[in-house]
Amino acid sequence: MSPQDAILLAVLLPLAGAAAIALAGRVGANLREAATLVTAGGLAATVWSLLPAVMAGERPAVAVTELLPGVAIAFRVEPLGMLFAALASGLWIVNSLYSIGYMRGNNEQNQTRFYVMFAVSLAATMGVAFAGNLITLFLFYEMLTLSTYPLVAHKGDANTVRSARVYLGVLLTTSIGLFLPAVIWTYAVAGSGDFVPGGLLAGKVEGPAIGLLLGLFVFGIGKAAVMPVHRWLPAAMVAPTPVSALLHAVAVVKAGVFTITKVIVYIFGVDFLFAAPSSDWLLYAAAFTIIAASAVALRQQNLKRLLAYSTIAQLSYVVMAAAILKPLAEIGAAIHMVAHAFGKITLFFAAGAIYVAAKKTEIGQLRGIGRRMPITMTAFTIGALSMIGVPPTGGFVSKWYILAGAFQDDNYVALATIILSTVLNAAYFLPIVYMAWFMREEQAPAKAHGEAPWPAVLALAITAFLTIAFFFFNGATLDLERQVVENLS
Amino acid sequence: MNALAQHLPALQVVVPMLVAPLVVLLRPRGLAWAACTAASLLAFAIAVQLVQVVLDGDTANYLMGSWPAPYGIELEIDPLSALLLLIVTGASVLALVGGRENLDRQIEVGRQPYFYAAWLLALAGLSGIVVAADAFNVFVFMEISSLASYVLIAGGPDRRALPSVFKYLIMGTIGATFYLIGVGLIYMMTGTLNLADMELRIHEVADQRPILAAAGFITVGLALKAAIFPLHVWLPNAYTYAPHMVTAFLAACSTKVSLYVLLRFDFFVFQGNLAGHAFQFAVYLMPLAILGILVGSAVAMFERNLKRLLAFSSVAQIGYIMLGASLVTVAGLTAGIVHIFNHALAKGALFLAVAAFATVAAGLRLDDLRGIARRMPWTFAAFVVAGLSLIGIPGTAGFVSKWYLISAAMEFGTLGLPLVAIILVSSLMAVVYVWRIVEAACFASPTAEPTSGAGVSPALVAVLWLAATANIVFGLAPGLPLALSAEAATELLDHLP
Repeated sequence: MSPQDAILLAVLLPLAGAAAIALAGRVGANLREAATLVTAGGLAATVWSLLPAVMAGERPAVAVTELLPGVAIAFRVEPLGMLFAALASGLWIVNSLYSIGYMRGNNEQNQTRFYVMFAVSLAATMGVAFAGNLITLFLFYEMLTLSTYPLVAHKGDANTVRSARVYLGVLLTTSIGLFLPAVIWTYAVAGSGDFVPGGLLAGKVEGPAIGLLLGLFVFGIGKAAVMPVHRWLPAAMVAPTPVSALLHAVAVVKAGVFTITKVIVYIFGVDFLFAAPSSDWLLYAAAFTIIAASAVALRQQNLKRLLAYSTIAQLSYVVMAAAILKPLAEIGAAIHMVAHAFGKITLFFAAGAIYVAAKKTEIGQLRGIGRRMPITMTAFTIGALSMIGVPPTGGFVSKWYILAGAFQDDNYVALATIILSTVLNAAYFLPIVYMAWFMREEQAPAKAHGEAPWPAVLALAITAFLTIAFFFFNGATLDLERQVVENLS
Repeated sequence: MNALAQHLPALQVVVPMLVAPLVVLLRPRGLAWAACTAASLLAFAIAVQLVQVVLDGDTANYLMGSWPAPYGIELEIDPLSALLLLIVTGASVLALVGGRENLDRQIEVGRQPYFYAAWLLALAGLSGIVVAADAFNVFVFMEISSLASYVLIAGGPDRRALPSVFKYLIMGTIGATFYLIGVGLIYMMTGTLNLADMELRIHEVADQRPILAAAGFITVGLALKAAIFPLHVWLPNAYTYAPHMVTAFLAACSTKVSLYVLLRFDFFVFQGNLAGHAFQFAVYLMPLAILGILVGSAVAMFERNLKRLLAFSSVAQIGYIMLGASLVTVAGLTAGIVHIFNHALAKGALFLAVAAFATVAAGLRLDDLRGIARRMPWTFAAFVVAGLSLIGIPGTAGFVSKWYLISAAMEFGTLGLPLVAIILVSSLMAVVYVWRIVEAACFASPTAEPTSGAGVSPALVAVLWLAATANIVFGLAPGLPLALSAEAATELLDHLP
């Protein structure tokens, strides 16, 4: 299979899988879930088969169709997209395993629709990751919004539909109202929207217009949840937990920060943006989001909402790291996507497992739960430590690089933000860990329970293991992402 | 075959017009429909052939009875008219093929032959407007198509169609009369009715004042016919109470044909000859286009009847077309013209879906459509695809026109930014009104049991999906409509000094 075929297959395979899942759903649940797992495995194999070539410095590309003159649907694999695709496709396998345990354990309705739309979302994610130009990225970005909507609105009751409306409203408003004009603006001034190393806007836009265009991109890419366009993420927590875990901790939100990083590196160009004073605000906006979201997270009573606000803060870590505009910080931005993905998906898996086993959703109910669900809470603890950035977890590695990048530029705002937010992260995660392990249950639950169904437990054990493993084995990832910044000062 | 080929422009009109009286005689049930559909299909085939001719770079001129041009009747097919012919005949074919059962249910059996005859006359009239190269024949065909459309709209079981058709008749007649007054004034000053001839002769006229008056009459008259805001008041009710398939047919093409005449008349005859006319054209139409976009979308956001909601959305979409044209640049005109095509695709598909909903749901208010997505998943999916095209989501036809429109506005630099903002805001309004329907259909539980046990005919679903797929195909590979639109835009602007 040539790399070109692999790229197309990565987008088409989940779509074919979606059709297969829909057909299998008529036969029975086992066949349907087998179809999901096979599709996920096939996708991961396809995506990972591209890895050696990209590591070796190749940039496989394929053009599909010319939409308008000069505006084509085309794919091009580069290190950032490779990392994102490898991450999302790999975690989809684990997440499918978890979904089976969660959806069955909860007796959810419309499970076939759930698995079908999940596969479609993954197809859109692959399209975002491998997009070779802005218009392709925009197309799959919108597809991702629309295909996740039924997943968010899964339950279908009035409250869920209202939240799903916020989700869709914010994401579509920002993308059509801000992102699209930014894309068209780029095509208008640069004559192309291709992602090229070093960027293509240098000399094409000047003065305050740079800051304005950057603003259109950053707030238009609502999936990155930079305040004030973050409201959709807490709203999305009405979705079943597997959706929150893979889509709203990995695929969708990472698609947002990934797109912003890609725009900074390949459209603006890091050096060009560094020299433009009108782009300085991005660092402050990201820093504000980190602190504000952490402060809001402190006051949350609902576990999933707390995780959502924590995600908002962590996403802005990536944006801020990219906005430091120094090589080490760009590497930090890339690997923080991975580190946060492993940690946060573990946390969501744990939250979902608690819901399935104990029907508990509030933080106050978690006293002493560590004794009933030791594996789940161990994984939760590991995830929490990674969020704080304590070694030996993945979160430490990325924080290290972001700090190193901040030192390259003597950027004290970034330094202070990271330190303060570390304190805040500890302040909202450690009490939960403490309550779960060291406090006694106020009253015994009506029905004694143990761990969640085994597929769910297995899934969260795997991701917890990955969180720790990323601390020790991150060399390959670093080598890959170093390619992004090799030409920078 | 070759001998026949050169008569295609005439046959485009003659075929439906001659079949129409025959259809009246076909009393056995179903035969009238079959004849009408066959004639439509033939007309569509002719249109495809003509598009091919135009794409090869020729303009097909045809002299009726071989009388030379300013004296005889001339027919002319250029890229713009070819595109319009494709829309008109295509809409007719889709509505007829998919709509057999639906029309059978809505039109009394005894009146069906007359109904289908009127349908063919409307088709002949609309095609005639498009192929005619002289102003008076445009008027004649306009009257034929209008009178036939009044019959079609009033032909359904809904009595409320009668007052709305009366309103349409009054407004339509005023529009046609204004147009005729304008043409008369020009004839008085130049002595010619042929558009190409007019273009040459008008600047020989010493006193330009009657020409200016003619421009005013013609523009307003056609704006009435084209339902340009604020002259759109006849449109929502006419669309709402017409038989569903008539709405699908007329919504896709009838106002667009009047827009076509407006563009041609203005650019061929007036722009080159009246001092400062391009500016007047822009200043007159741009505010109306903007208001149409905003008001149409806003009303659609709060409308509760599905058909009327889509009708108001049409008012807004006509605004997009006019906005593109009022920029008077190649990019702007291309955007406007390609939107004629793309909007026809989206709105045609939406109204076909509405017709399908109507066979199952108790009514067409949003409340009646609760939970219909579960009962009709395929129809609903097609509706969503067409809705996304209406919004302008990438990958659909609607996105192509929006991209061009925004690029065209951006050519004006900072002055274009408010236009960009308006286009984006109205896209978001489209998100709101489309999503209201989706939410009602998807998530609200049904209020009442379905009134009729009848399912949707497979033909309708197939046609609907054909239209929905076309929205995606022309969104990903818009080569054909874009080529025609770009050529049409260049040609229109060639007539500017």
